[in-house]
Amino acid sequence: MKKIEAIIQPFKLEEVKEALKAIGIDGMTIAEVRGHGRQKGHKEVYRGQEYVVDLLPKVKIEMVVPSGRADEVVKALVSSARTGKIGDGKIFLYDVAEAIRIRNDDRGEAAL
Amino acid sequence: MTKFFGMLTAMAGAALAQTAAPDKLAALETAVQSAQSAGDNAWMLTSSALVLMMTGPGLALFYGGLVRKKNVLGTMMQSFILMAVITVLWAVVGYSLAFGEGTAYFGDLRYLFLNGVGGAPNTDYAATIPHQTFMVYQLMFAIITPALISGAFAERMKFSAMLLFMVLWALIVYFPMAHMVWGKGGLLNAYLGGKIPSFDFAGGTVVHVTSGVSALVCALYLGKRKGYLTEPMKPHSMVLSFIGACLLWVGWFGFNAGSALGSSSLATSAFVATHFAAAAATLGWLLAEWLRSGKPSVLGGISGCVAGLVAITPASGFVKPMPALFIGFCAGVVCYLMVTAVKSKFGYDDSLDAFGVHGAGGTLGALMTGVFATKEVNGALKDQALGLVDGNAGQILNQALGALVAWVLAIVGTLVILKICDAVLGVRVDADQETQGLDLSMHGEEGYSLES
Repeated sequence: MKKIEAIIQPFKLEEVKEALKAIGIDGMTIAEVRGHGRQKGHKEVYRGQEYVVDLLPKVKIEMVVPSGRADEVVKALVSSARTGKIGDGKIFLYDVAEAIRIRNDDRGEAAL
Repeated sequence: MTKFFGMLTAMAGAALAQTAAPDKLAALETAVQSAQSAGDNAWMLTSSALVLMMTGPGLALFYGGLVRKKNVLGTMMQSFILMAVITVLWAVVGYSLAFGEGTAYFGDLRYLFLNGVGGAPNTDYAATIPHQTFMVYQLMFAIITPALISGAFAERMKFSAMLLFMVLWALIVYFPMAHMVWGKGGLLNAYLGGKIPSFDFAGGTVVHVTSGVSALVCALYLGKRKGYLTEPMKPHSMVLSFIGACLLWVGWFGFNAGSALGSSSLATSAFVATHFAAAAATLGWLLAEWLRSGKPSVLGGISGCVAGLVAITPASGFVKPMPALFIGFCAGVVCYLMVTAVKSKFGYDDSLDAFGVHGAGGTLGALMTGVFATKEVNGALKDQALGLVDGNAGQILNQALGALVAWVLAIVGTLVILKICDAVLGVRVDADQETQGLDLSMHGEEGYSLES
């Protein structure tokens, strides 16, 4: 099993969800997060007082999928979340040791 | 209206049929007077409500949006609580100290507990409305004035100390100043026997100079907020501030046009001047900001409109529309420079710019009233020349003296009061409380709860 963590532009969330649904991925957890990579922040001015805002709002999607499907999911993520501009985000993959469904104690891929 | 004329005709007809001509005339006169009273009273009660609306929600939202979110309730409370505290104080002793005929500096105790303040007009102040209407209208000014100061000590003053401060400030600074400018026999009252006749139609000195200058004293005395200029302290909700400023603009019609104390053409003139000044000041501030920092901001626009409203306040019942535009535009530019260039040069933390907008704008407005006041707008002093445009250059000096009295009283009074409050209660919250925010540390609640 692989855990896929994708940090994307907030306004791309709907498109990404649609793309994942189209390849049969139903489960995911999302969080509104803030961060930055190479994308520079912006300057705000309130009555002459300048503030540099460098942590920008992003959406983080986390999901765990069977190892065999990871490439396909990454492909769907990349094509749906890309605008081609700086700030599109990143995807990270991790190996997952175990998955457990709390309701009935299913283990492994059966729990996904 | 039709009903009124019908009534009038019926009364006149009845008088004609039964009695001689003089009686008919008297009946007509009474009918006209009571109609004027009804009209004036309706406008003055409306104006009273509008001015209260300026404090809550107007100022509470305007200031509340400008602070960090951990202080939103504490900041709103600093305005709201005055709607309660000053009201009680006013009923007990405040109205009498401000408007009782005492000395040139403060009133006497003739209206203690509102004794004798009833439905009959007080002809010294407003001959066509109930004395009680005049009293409650003036109360709304006494509420908003100290509330304006809270912008200077935002996010760091102890609630208990603020309560004591505000009560003492009303007693020592506001009531005497209101008496000097508007009270019978007051030192600066141009209409009722003042030695230095100074024009202040709706409170440029009484409200804005006193509160703005006191605000500066508070900012200097309390010191900067923890992390000032090193931590981000940007407004947590420009949306709240925007709504608050728009409510202030609307409420100001009650403040200035209401100061005509009747539903007269002078009220209309003040209404027009007020609106025009706000518009021009908005543009003035935005233009200055656009040129200096590259972008016209919403905060700039709404701050500009408030600056213009402040500056036109003393002038509103004395100037024509074109001077109102000019006064407003100047106030927009000057106040912008005050809250940006001047504030950063001296480094004081007037957190929400109560001094930069109210102190500077109020003083500018007081002086410009001396330039543009004209008897063509305000004929209360008959044919006497009012300002420079009427040929009375000396009025500018009178205006400056009026403003100077307000400055001195505000500086000395506020400093003494702060010393007292500091000795009795301590004026500033401790460092942990400041970090935690006033909402939790002073009031035990949060403005925005994510868990509920």
